[in-house]
Amino acid sequence: MDFGFNDEQREIKQTARAFCADRFKPEVVRNLAEAERYDDDLWTQMVELGWPGIAIDERFGGQGLGLIELVLLAEELGYACAPSPFLAQALSALALQVAGSQALQERYLPGLASASSRGAVGTDELCIDPEGADLLVLFSDDQARAVEAADAEVQGLLTIDQTRRYGVVGPAGEPLGGETEAIAGARDRIAVAIAADSLGLAQRALDMSVAYAAERRQFERPIGAYQGVSHRCAEMLWAVEEARSLVYYAAWAADSEPASLPLAAAMAKARASDAAWEVCKDAVQVHGGIGFTWEHDLHFLLKRARANTQLFGGGARHRERVAELVGL
Amino acid sequence: MDLTLTPEETAFRDQVRDWLEANRPGPVPDGDEESRFEFTRAWQRTLHAAGWAGVSWPTEYGGRGASLLEAAIFSGEMARAKAPRPANVLGLVMGGPVVMAHGTEEQKERFLEPILSGEEIWCQGFSEPESGSDLASLKTRATKHDGGWRINGQKVWTTLAHVSKWCMLVARSDPGSSKHAGLTYFICDMEQAGIEVRPLIQITGEAEFNEVFFNDAWVPEENVIGGEGNGWMVAITTLMNERAGLGASAAVGLSNDLDALIELCNRRGCGGDVRIRDRIARLKIGIEALRLGSMRSLTAQIRTGIPGPEGSVAKLQWSSTNQALAELATEVLGPAGLERNGEWAYKMLRSRANSIEGGTTEVLKNIVAERVLGLPKLR
Ligand SMILES: Cc1cc2nc3c(=O)[nH]c(=O)nc-3n(C[C@H](O)[C@H](O)[C@H](O)COP(=O)(O)OP(=O)(O)OC[C@H]3O[C@@H](n4cnc5c(N)ncnc54)[C@H](O)[C@@H]3O)c2cc1C
Repeated sequence: MDFGFNDEQREIKQTARAFCADRFKPEVVRNLAEAERYDDDLWTQMVELGWPGIAIDERFGGQGLGLIELVLLAEELGYACAPSPFLAQALSALALQVAGSQALQERYLPGLASASSRGAVGTDELCIDPEGADLLVLFSDDQARAVEAADAEVQGLLTIDQTRRYGVVGPAGEPLGGETEAIAGARDRIAVAIAADSLGLAQRALDMSVAYAAERRQFERPIGAYQGVSHRCAEMLWAVEEARSLVYYAAWAADSEPASLPLAAAMAKARASDAAWEVCKDAVQVHGGIGFTWEHDLHFLLKRARANTQLFGGGARHRERVAELVGL
Repeated sequence: MDLTLTPEETAFRDQVRDWLEANRPGPVPDGDEESRFEFTRAWQRTLHAAGWAGVSWPTEYGGRGASLLEAAIFSGEMARAKAPRPANVLGLVMGGPVVMAHGTEEQKERFLEPILSGEEIWCQGFSEPESGSDLASLKTRATKHDGGWRINGQKVWTTLAHVSKWCMLVARSDPGSSKHAGLTYFICDMEQAGIEVRPLIQITGEAEFNEVFFNDAWVPEENVIGGEGNGWMVAITTLMNERAGLGASAAVGLSNDLDALIELCNRRGCGGDVRIRDRIARLKIGIEALRLGSMRSLTAQIRTGIPGPEGSVAKLQWSSTNQALAELATEVLGPAGLERNGEWAYKMLRSRANSIEGGTTEVLKNIVAERVLGLPKLR
């Protein structure tokens, strides 16, 4: 038993953390979010690092690594609240690899892995990065379909989360090709990756709150000395650590113990989406008035955390799955 | 990352599992408290005879010398087999480790073996009527005499004091001192005229804990642990042992209870109620987070010697989940959940102590805020 990362995984995480700290500085995130766009140059650098194809087989030009490695990237990009096409790109590719027909895989995977073509992923209700995508992978109940650019009827949706582009996609498209079980496996993996984004958001909101609570003084002491604040922070840590354990476990299950994936993914998505939302809300409270301003960066985290609760199901929906899977 | 057991770990687990399968005594039978206690003492003797009493203790002190992970596997298997806790719980998890860490060779020779065999039961005399969370404010006095110390004062909530031979006693040995300085850690013989033990009845109706009055009680010099004036440091070791390694077996125990609760829901036909489904799912997620968090913590401890931040919330996770679980079970039972000697009614009531015993929830949050998050202290 060993619940820790190997050297390569640690290095991936550190590289991603350093890359994001350097490239997605708060003012960059703010500028991109306000302009509602991604940065082509930064995306090219991420592509050069092989991130879009991290979990894609080498025969399709990917790195041939697993969901754990993908989750580490998603977590760090969440931590930075980075506006980027990463999730839509990497997850549409992953969905094809896990549940796509051979023809679709051969046609699209190399392009998605190398990012010479663009992917989008979503459900019938909400899709990430649909505009301009070459291939869209859409899930509904236990079905999934692939929609090529020419057939895609995209209705853009302006959401509160300006760090990503969203839309709703019309019903056209062909079945993705995989069996029901493969489709469920693809959906579970996507849920875990989004949960990892939430985990990163939650950790960031906690770190910001702790730093602020130690520095901001009222009534002649740092506010972090008051239990109304410090206990809130302790509860935030509790939520973050639970989410972390469950997200890493689900990623491991996807790679090494697929029979455990359905329950693991449902638990991870339920806990992490709720944790990120709760922790971000608490972070706003800990910051007081400044936390409610547009000028402060917290709201980008808060809004993306909220969006994640609507992507591939939030807490209540995944808990319902948990209940079913434990035999109720 | 590999969350499965290696072949060697599996072999160890199977060894434990097989042994427990053949030897576990079944649940503690109904009866008076004394006979129930003796049942757990007999169980400890069985464990000890097979070398399972001090699994993580070094072999030189009569233990099995198991690794951290093996110890976690063992306690997980104990919980899985629903084996009772051995009688001398406090001696095994606190008294023994303190003697091993801070005791002299003579003390190790004298105290360790009877802890393992269950022949001598230990209790923890820390809390006082006016010093609970603020342990360092304690007032029980120890005055130096030729060859030893006279103890005067009162302890409270002393679990198992009524059956104990030895008390881990922290007292103020320097009368002019305050707070953490001037405390000394004693091993006090409970079988003497200067000690009076009065049972305290708990909200469950049982009397696990007691008030203990010290009236010129005597502790010989050789029963001081860790040296005069070092009581706080030694006490901290005790508390760390109390809280360490709790997660793995706690999660298994909770899992057993959750299985029973799910079955109860289905039997009572409320498994389709969306509110109940949501609460059960929350419990399942909480239990799994505790189990996985304890694995992460264990891995960090094995790799670096220091458990990670996730370990600091284990007691919080366990107490809140255990309380919510028992509460839901009594709710599902309806009026039958009120039955005075009902199993779930008992669990619900007993679980109220979980957020008080071994450090209150509020105090643990203070610790997380100050030591893990590095937030400033209130004082
Ligand atoms: C079943 C059970 C068994 C026990 N067994 C033993 C035993 O064997 N040996 C032993 O020595 N003790 C034992 N205890 C005692 C236990 O350790 C204490 O009850 C506990 O430390 C709390 O102390 P207290 O009861 O004096 O409450 P207090 O410390 O008075 O606390 C009362 C309330 O105030 C809160 N509070 C106190 N300080 C703070 C603070 N700084 N910040 C925020 N809130 C605060 C607490 O969280 C609590 O809610 C046992 C207790 C129970 C319930």
